[in-house]
Amino acid sequence: MNAFDKVTAARSVDKLTSMDFIERMFKDSFIELHGDRRFADDKAVIGGVAMLHDTPVTVIGLEKGRNLKERMERNFGMAHPEGYRKALRLMKQAEKFKRPIICFVDTSGAYCGIGAEERGQGQAIAENIMEMMALKTPIISIFIGEGGSGGALALAVADEVWMLENSVYSVISPEGCASILWKDSSRTAEAAEVLKLTAQDLFKLGVIERIIREPKKDEYKAFESLKVLIGRTLEKNSRLSENELVETRYNRFRKFGNS
Amino acid sequence: MFNGDIFTFLKPKNELESQPAKKGSEENRPYIPDAMWVKCPGCKDMILAADMEENNRVCVKCGHHFRLSANKRIELLADIGTFEEMDADLQSKNVIDFPEYTRKLKSAQIQSGESESVKTGVCKIGGIKTVICVMDPTFMMGSMGSVTGEKITRAFEYATRNALPIIACTVSGGARMQEGILSLMQMAKTSGAVKKHSDAGLLYITVLTDPTTGGVTASFAMEGDIIISEPNALIAFAGPRVIEQTIRQKLPKNFQTAEFLLEKGFIDMVVQRSDLKETLYKLLKLHMFEGEVLPV
Repeated sequence: MNAFDKVTAARSVDKLTSMDFIERMFKDSFIELHGDRRFADDKAVIGGVAMLHDTPVTVIGLEKGRNLKERMERNFGMAHPEGYRKALRLMKQAEKFKRPIICFVDTSGAYCGIGAEERGQGQAIAENIMEMMALKTPIISIFIGEGGSGGALALAVADEVWMLENSVYSVISPEGCASILWKDSSRTAEAAEVLKLTAQDLFKLGVIERIIREPKKDEYKAFESLKVLIGRTLEKNSRLSENELVETRYNRFRKFGNS
Repeated sequence: MFNGDIFTFLKPKNELESQPAKKGSEENRPYIPDAMWVKCPGCKDMILAADMEENNRVCVKCGHHFRLSANKRIELLADIGTFEEMDADLQSKNVIDFPEYTRKLKSAQIQSGESESVKTGVCKIGGIKTVICVMDPTFMMGSMGSVTGEKITRAFEYATRNALPIIACTVSGGARMQEGILSLMQMAKTSGAVKKHSDAGLLYITVLTDPTTGGVTASFAMEGDIIISEPNALIAFAGPRVIEQTIRQKLPKNFQTAEFLLEKGFIDMVVQRSDLKETLYKLLKLHMFEGEVLPV
């Protein structure tokens, strides 16, 4: 598979969404919580509390929706500022109750529109990034499809970032890159290549810690082993003091471009 | 064919006829070198470039704020001779082997006379010592690459270690796509450094200038304790063209201007360039620690 095949696979409507992962991993234990307490409940972001084996966790995901009706409702996984503010509210809550946080990332990007700008899309993302940098509870982010720029990063300032083998994470969409750089949208595949956006590229660049094998819809065992893996990592990070945890996260990001 | 033959009857143009018509007034106009005049995008009038430069690159007729280079802004804000640059030797590398990037960096360096899109250092404003980060619009439109992020992060770390306030003047098209994901990581890196500075109880003021967009808006630009903007500056996450393409609608006239953001509650004040230093001085003074004295 070349880079653009990966992009296509990551965008496929057959791809499992955040909700699919939550249902398979947490089953009935997941209790969804709503709203940012400021403006609205953004359905592009789902969040709540659940049990990971015996540990209470906070789970947050960017959700594209599983059929056309759902996708419309969820704005195709493109969050407004209130979505990021809901996520931050739940993360602060997790910190208060000393619950680890698991984020699922799947978005083409933060929504570009009048309302989003009026309500401070840039400010909302900036605040999430800044607060997550110092959150005193372990965080894992898992990319399960598309990771579009700042809108993905707003849920991916974590102690460890993992990606499914067919997922991508990029500063700009290959279409956007091709049209800005070459004024030629037909060179999208070439742009995908040079952006180094596949899970495999990002692992080589040291931007992510782990590549996860793509689980099939009903591959019960795969979700179980993902749970075990998450549990082990969260437990390892829970053993750090709050200061060590935050300092380790700071250094994780501090090293990028420091050469 | 008959069709072809018909044109042979047309009279060929003579030498005078084939020259483009000259406008009557053109010849009588006095000779004026182009560089002497600039068209103001604000009032659309032609203004003398020297007047505009003299006035800190603000239109003398309508007050439109032209973009300011990092050097000019430092000159505007820092007390004379107090600016000491930090990390001037840091230079970007083409880490992900992006096509044309190495060449682009070179030409940006030549064009701007700067080594990167931000200049950082310490200076005094009205005698008060502060760290300052100033972005440059002529270096790849102030885009944020790894070195941009590194210099800003180091400036914040320096300010935190030395218990100093920090001022960031932003102008940026956003993250630098030629560095791929590593440019996106700078948003997290800089924000982490802002947070540490903030948690130490220190003051951070941002001065947003035209244009501040994308990854810079969605990170350190919007994280100041106090956010100032120059008049009519474009401040956005997604630029107006991207939004128009997405929603297929014309945008309202003042949309994403500094004044619009002020109305929506996202910035503290809009300050004219001529008042900027005085405003920063007052704010710095008000945040001085107890017992700290102004040097004479």
